[in-house]
Amino acid sequence: MIPYRKLLVVIAGFLLFTSAHAEVDKHARGLAASCSACHGTDGMSEGGMPELAGLDRMLFIKSMKDFKSGARPATVMHQHAKGYTDEEFELLADFFAAQKRH
Amino acid sequence: MSFSRRDFIKASAAGIAIGTFPGLAFASSELIKKKGLRVVVVGGGFGGATAAKYIRKWGNNKIEVVLIERNPVFISCPMSNTVLGGSRTIEDLTLSYNVLKKKYGIKLIKGEVTAIDPDNQTVMLAKGHIQYDRLIVSPGVDFMYDGIEGLNAKVADASIPHAWKAGAQTVKLRKQLVAMPDGGVFAISIPKGPYRCPPGPYERACQVAYYLKNNKPKSKVLILDANPDITSKKGLFMAAWNELYPGMVEYRPNSMVTGVNAATRTAKTEFEDVKADVLNVIPPMRSGVVADMAGLATVDARWCGVNFLTYESKAHRNIHVIGDAVSAALPKSGHMATSQAKIAAAAIIEMLQGERPDQNPTIANTCYSVVSDKEAMHVANVYRYNAEKQAMVSAEGGGVSASRSELEGAFAGYWLKNILNDVLL
Repeated sequence: MIPYRKLLVVIAGFLLFTSAHAEVDKHARGLAASCSACHGTDGMSEGGMPELAGLDRMLFIKSMKDFKSGARPATVMHQHAKGYTDEEFELLADFFAAQKRH
Repeated sequence: MSFSRRDFIKASAAGIAIGTFPGLAFASSELIKKKGLRVVVVGGGFGGATAAKYIRKWGNNKIEVVLIERNPVFISCPMSNTVLGGSRTIEDLTLSYNVLKKKYGIKLIKGEVTAIDPDNQTVMLAKGHIQYDRLIVSPGVDFMYDGIEGLNAKVADASIPHAWKAGAQTVKLRKQLVAMPDGGVFAISIPKGPYRCPPGPYERACQVAYYLKNNKPKSKVLILDANPDITSKKGLFMAAWNELYPGMVEYRPNSMVTGVNAATRTAKTEFEDVKADVLNVIPPMRSGVVADMAGLATVDARWCGVNFLTYESKAHRNIHVIGDAVSAALPKSGHMATSQAKIAAAAIIEMLQGERPDQNPTIANTCYSVVSDKEAMHVANVYRYNAEKQAMVSAEGGGVSASRSELEGAFAGYWLKNILNDVLL
């Protein structure tokens, strides 16, 4: 593939995507992505596990810190919480707080 | 057509583009005319379907996505062992691709890929070809029969099902179980790792034991494990066998099956011949053979090496590999495939804009094993990208359930509901 064509693809992509969608923190969105398996797409739970979409951010952070410390008993969340940093809890909290059920 | 597929691949390698070879252009039609940026996804399982959906979702429907899948419907392999136990039917695990088509505008092509041309960025099927800017190959696994005398794909379909891809073989294996006499033996053979779904075979032993305990209590489950020990959730599986199904389940490590006699349902190991009433041989696995069409199986000619920031193949920069086919110190699970799919989708969207992908991907993986109609247990772990090792490594704190429980059984059901929703709806 000649470089000229590659450049055209990049320009086309850039023009298509330059828009108002820069509000989403893509790194936070990426961190949150694997939570969907249990908590639903964008934290919109289809049952069982708690809904995270729209969850109050302070409540999210407190819950994750309590899972991490063991202050709050859990079957599985303590094992996940221990794998993340407190800063990541903040990013996740902001992401989920901004999700609206739709 | 006088020009064979092998000739075409040689011609492509020599740098001849499709359009300049009139004979081939006449024979192969462009299945969907390419107008703008396009990602083609091969394989509509947990990995491929998720990748297709998330490229549309996170790309604001601006990138065309073509999904090529040979099966008419999606059937979940996770939880399919409960079809053997009897608490689910295969229909409970079967979903349509319609929502992916209608809600996300994914173009679905039902068919099998026959060739991939990385230089001309084209995927070939029997009925025509499709061009791509980026290709995602999510081919799952295929089975290696050459080490098991008397077993091949035909025999597996007919009488010795592996049922390691949920569908017809799962139903067949369940039927064989139901037809088994009381006092019979259900033998399951587990291949040497790595294989799809490490705890799966042990979960299957539990589900079969559950069915037998309630219907044919004099029967036995014999596990012939090629591995030196139980590969996942060992203590929890042994507790389940000893406490829920005492005296019914026998586990034999270092027992690789090297041959089968389909007529007599006899399995041959290094040390003995084992006759069973139902014989479930799970053969050793490799990445789905579609990977070979572009030389993607760079590790032991078996699994696909990738860049863990983008899932780009080590063989070709514009081709990404996700799911079970990936060579990694990561469990080959449905959840893992969906997570890799999302990392790849985000990376592709960034790269198509000339932007840098996320340099710090992190994955939380949860895997439930259901040991009866009600009880389950899990293993959970977070994985992070390590820039020095250029690989995903395990983070702090992961582990398994303290014990199995009905609560975890309930969570396992909700896990299934939520993940299937996330993949297909």
